[in-house]
Amino acid sequence: MRLRADQALIAEWIRPKSRILDLGCGDGRLLAALQQKHGASGYGVEIDPENIIKCIANGINVVQSNLDEGLADFDDNSFDYVVMTQTIQAVRYPQRLLHEMLRIGREGIVTFPNMGHWKCRFQLAFGKMPITRHLPNDWHSTPNIHICTIADFKDMCHAENIAVLQQTTVDSEHRAGLAMRILPNLLGEIAMYRLRRGLKPPP
Amino acid sequence: MPDSIPADSVGVVSPTTLHFDEPLRLDCGVTLSEYDLVYESYGTLNAESNNAVLICHALSGDHHAAGFHAEQDPKPGWWNNCIGPGKPIDTNKYYVVSSNNLGGCGGSTGPLSTNPATGTAFGPDFPIVTVRDWVESQARLANALGIDRWAAVMGGSLGGMQVLQWAVDYPKQIANAVIIAATPKLSTQNIAFNEVARQAIRCDPSFHEGHYRLHNVVPERGLMLARMLGHITYLSDDVLHAKFGRELRDGKFNFGYDVEFQIESYLRHQGQSFVQRFDANSYLLMTKALDYFDPAAQFDNDLTKTVSNCQANFLVISFTSDWRFSPEKSRELVRALLDSDKNVSYIDIESEHGHDSFLMEIPLYHNVLHSYFARSLQEQQY
Repeated sequence: MRLRADQALIAEWIRPKSRILDLGCGDGRLLAALQQKHGASGYGVEIDPENIIKCIANGINVVQSNLDEGLADFDDNSFDYVVMTQTIQAVRYPQRLLHEMLRIGREGIVTFPNMGHWKCRFQLAFGKMPITRHLPNDWHSTPNIHICTIADFKDMCHAENIAVLQQTTVDSEHRAGLAMRILPNLLGEIAMYRLRRGLKPPP
Repeated sequence: MPDSIPADSVGVVSPTTLHFDEPLRLDCGVTLSEYDLVYESYGTLNAESNNAVLICHALSGDHHAAGFHAEQDPKPGWWNNCIGPGKPIDTNKYYVVSSNNLGGCGGSTGPLSTNPATGTAFGPDFPIVTVRDWVESQARLANALGIDRWAAVMGGSLGGMQVLQWAVDYPKQIANAVIIAATPKLSTQNIAFNEVARQAIRCDPSFHEGHYRLHNVVPERGLMLARMLGHITYLSDDVLHAKFGRELRDGKFNFGYDVEFQIESYLRHQGQSFVQRFDANSYLLMTKALDYFDPAAQFDNDLTKTVSNCQANFLVISFTSDWRFSPEKSRELVRALLDSDKNVSYIDIESEHGHDSFLMEIPLYHNVLHSYFARSLQEQQY
């Protein structure tokens, strides 16, 4: 099963044999790949029943849960990584969930569609809400209720005392090239962050 | 009545009785010097003996889980929609064993059996058995059948609780534990319902302290009441409303106490047909086994500790409208399994049928089972 570009990169970010919690794991392909190729173990969390069936068929542990109701089922520091790929924009309380991720996991990995990408800016410049490959819905029917730019996300991490360990952007097919690295917020379609709890107490 | 046996059925089956001479010491302290277990099996045990699935039945179930007892049998086994060729538990691939619990009335030793010590039926003197006792007796059945390790042990409701006990008591002998519409222990409300059911039976003038058979009577009224009460709790308010609403049998009030609302007629029918097939003493015993079930009691009431030695992969399933064994109870078990790093998957199936959902052919539910059992076949690489 083919991984999306952001998922493939996550597979490189994580240390082998890690314990992973994948929030909004979809059909479970990321966890399945990490299990098979990297000796990882862990659980997926998913709300959609059809996806849960696919997860089971893919041989991963999956627990049905609504991320908007929190992650009380999981203990502090019980995972090496808590991963959430292209899901944060669809949850009701993104900040709260980020803190939950970093409570449960030693590190968190988040990817999201970057609203600052030039295609989005271009459409907005012409007075329309952006519709892109990663944000494919009309404004009135979209599940993506918390969209942000890379600059917005950075600001929030700073304000919330979340330390950024690693960051990059990808588009659907490719890693960040030189241009994307220089102007990530303009040229990066998908933003990727590796995070942990900040060491300094917030001012 | 099926005109012919359907192709996706296991066909005509007949039960087998195994006699065990080795005494079985029960949790209550009494020892059964010998006993019978009756079981049915479907499919074929493979050469490696690693494709066997054990089915655990619920309160009023028995060993007849699938297939028909005769060509003209009007009703198949209670989980026929789930077990058979091409079904979620595919008998082309799995060897399925379903046994009647001790203390039941389906043929395994119970209140209707002859007490070897007295030469007469046990009746109310049959010792109270626990879920642990059942697991112990089934472990001996596995032994007798040459099955060292079950590919899966599976059950709904009381049967699901039995699966959990299996996983705790025999961690090495069960590869997959499929626990459906169950709970790690009964709620106070559950015990309360069971007590009303027991009192209904015990207060029936025909009960004779359980010796009703010596008087050639059956506590019909009491058993019927117990079943009527149980039946209400197995269904959801919504499904009762959808099925019967406030519909009147004669279309008008008769200002009397005979059946007027359709729901009354339905409940009485359910109660009466239950009396035909179930023994009151067995019913009493089974409800006690439910009430006593609490595997965590032996682990400082710590469910996480209770499951910490389990080695099985778990699949836990609940149903949204089940208020008898609510999804919250399943989640409690799932949380303990997560806390102790066990392999577990959990889904709460959308259904309006209440606790009885586990017996229904709900596509999503059956797809989950199908997927799980197909996957575990792959993993065992038959």
